[in-house]
Amino acid sequence: MLEILGLLAQGFVVVFEPQNLLLIIAGCTLGLFIGAMPGLGSVNGVAILLPLTFLVPPTGAIIFLAAIYYGAMYGGAISSIMLGIPGASTAVATTFDGRPLAKQGLADKALIGAAVASFVGGTISVVLFTFFAPPLAHVALVFGAPEEFALMMLAFATFVGLGGDDIFKTLFSITIGLVLSAIGFDIISGEPRLVLWDITGFLHGVNFLVLAIGIYGIGEMLWTVEEHALGGGKSMLSDATVTVARTISALKEILKTWKTSVMGSLLGYFVGILPAAGATPGSLMAYGIAKQISKEPEKFGNGALEGVVAPEAANNAASTGSMLPMLTLGIPGSPTTAILLGGMVIWGLEPGPRLFVDHSEFVWGLIASLYAANLFTVIINIAFIPVFIKVLKTPFTILAPVIFTLCLIGGYAPTQDMHDVWLMIVFGIVGYLMRKLDYPLAPAVLAIVLGPLAEPALRQSLIISDGSFMIFFERFYAGPIMIAALILLFLPLFKKVYDRH
Amino acid sequence: MTVRTAELLMAILMGVFSIYLMVKSAELPIGWIEDEGPGGGTWPFWLSAIMLISCVGILYNWVRKKGSVATSDKTYIESHVLGDVVAVAGALIVTVALFSFIGIYGALPLFLIFYIRFMGKHSWSLTATLAVAIPVVIFYFFEITLKIILPKGITEPLFLPLYKIFL
Repeated sequence: MLEILGLLAQGFVVVFEPQNLLLIIAGCTLGLFIGAMPGLGSVNGVAILLPLTFLVPPTGAIIFLAAIYYGAMYGGAISSIMLGIPGASTAVATTFDGRPLAKQGLADKALIGAAVASFVGGTISVVLFTFFAPPLAHVALVFGAPEEFALMMLAFATFVGLGGDDIFKTLFSITIGLVLSAIGFDIISGEPRLVLWDITGFLHGVNFLVLAIGIYGIGEMLWTVEEHALGGGKSMLSDATVTVARTISALKEILKTWKTSVMGSLLGYFVGILPAAGATPGSLMAYGIAKQISKEPEKFGNGALEGVVAPEAANNAASTGSMLPMLTLGIPGSPTTAILLGGMVIWGLEPGPRLFVDHSEFVWGLIASLYAANLFTVIINIAFIPVFIKVLKTPFTILAPVIFTLCLIGGYAPTQDMHDVWLMIVFGIVGYLMRKLDYPLAPAVLAIVLGPLAEPALRQSLIISDGSFMIFFERFYAGPIMIAALILLFLPLFKKVYDRH
Repeated sequence: MTVRTAELLMAILMGVFSIYLMVKSAELPIGWIEDEGPGGGTWPFWLSAIMLISCVGILYNWVRKKGSVATSDKTYIESHVLGDVVAVAGALIVTVALFSFIGIYGALPLFLIFYIRFMGKHSWSLTATLAVAIPVVIFYFFEITLKIILPKGITEPLFLPLYKIFL
């Protein structure tokens, strides 16, 4: 306990270095803007802006990206409330009551409520994170190749079992991501592998950023172009009056909803830890429970403040929750953390429990930065509400070319090969076409990041066991994890059989 | 084209791609090698096999009309939207193709002018400002600060004096 506080204090020393402090403030602000734009969320922001972090050391880079992640979680509420269009899928539940409040002329109350709830969610979850992470990382230190592989199986199995999408499409998405990550060279024999159509560009493999920017940058923007054209390009922006007196009275009312915030935070945090679940279902579940435990459930949907507070607390808590497995086990809990994990590999860090031992400064700097980012974001958010509302008036036809430009250069920067830019365009267009057919794409991004870690883990395990798969079931930690993975994997099948009887 | 037809085409296309990946993986040993463990092609081979099985599963659901996508007779991409999507995707492809010839600083302003002026119908003054400002910011940020040299194509000689000053 004391040891943890000592490490945390060291983390704060890292955070208060002027450069890192500036990165946090810049990241929070950028994240808020990205989150506030309809359609763009944390995953898009982190994917598109990751190439900008090559300049700073890893600690600064992750602090910057984590601040964007946080900022975007806050910002998502802004367009949900003001436009009635979720800023990101994680803020869908916020529209249910945020929009009615805005229509009643109480947009400021909803916006401040969302910010305060996000702060509560962020704070509770980061405190839980601080005390959960070190023991978990400690346990994970004894993990070998079989345990690592079992954990990755569990991560993929949660998508199949809990993802809620078409099982075959989820399975397809996972496997195509893994195959793409296998392109390049065979790690053990060193032979070229899967050089598709003998194009030499494939020799250096498919960088995960090419897929991530393709899907979350190009693909997402094409999707938004379509939505925009369907909507005729016009959206209804609510009016918001922001005065000090109104803010104070709103805050008083918001404080009364603390129970809902705490409930949302705890729920969001634990749902966020699961790989396939994350912030979107977490916030929807929090909304549902808030409605059930409310004394006036009929107010929900007509502008209940609790209806804004619960999902916003939950989605922020979930974003911290999803960092727990990413940092301690090297298994990301969401597409955004998958991209962060890929970033860590680029910066030369090996994800997994050894981070806590070998790169303690990095880990604790990140954890301390979450506290700081949370505080800065709530202040920037509330202070600049009028500015964010103005941002929502920026025409899409100016925003879109800027984001496309960032994508094109972001796709080129990591490898400086035009082949990768072309590949990114292909992924973007195919990803867009697949998304229209309800193929889930997040598993593919997770898979391309985990692939290069999963294959050696599997091969090493099989070499240890001389080819027997029983190694995954006989070991103390690997066994239960693998069994849990198999249960999740076959859960949809069990359900089907059960439904028939 | 209806969503249902698109679903069929996508599943067939991806199924064929899976088979190609299986064949390509099999260029490396896909069996067990004594003292070495699984061969280099094993992992991608079996993964591609699962991809293929998934595509067959999607086709199976398509045949028995299961699920909202497989039964939807809505238009895959609405005709009045298709124009915008194709224009944007096309503009991106042309821009990337131009990177290698007239360089990023030749192609980007063209893309920005196309999007802001012709797609967005904004004023020429705004278009011109952004078409100049954005590439300048990109140059400063990526080439000078990050030292990432972006493709220049035939415009390369024009940048030599700038390199001398900044790099």
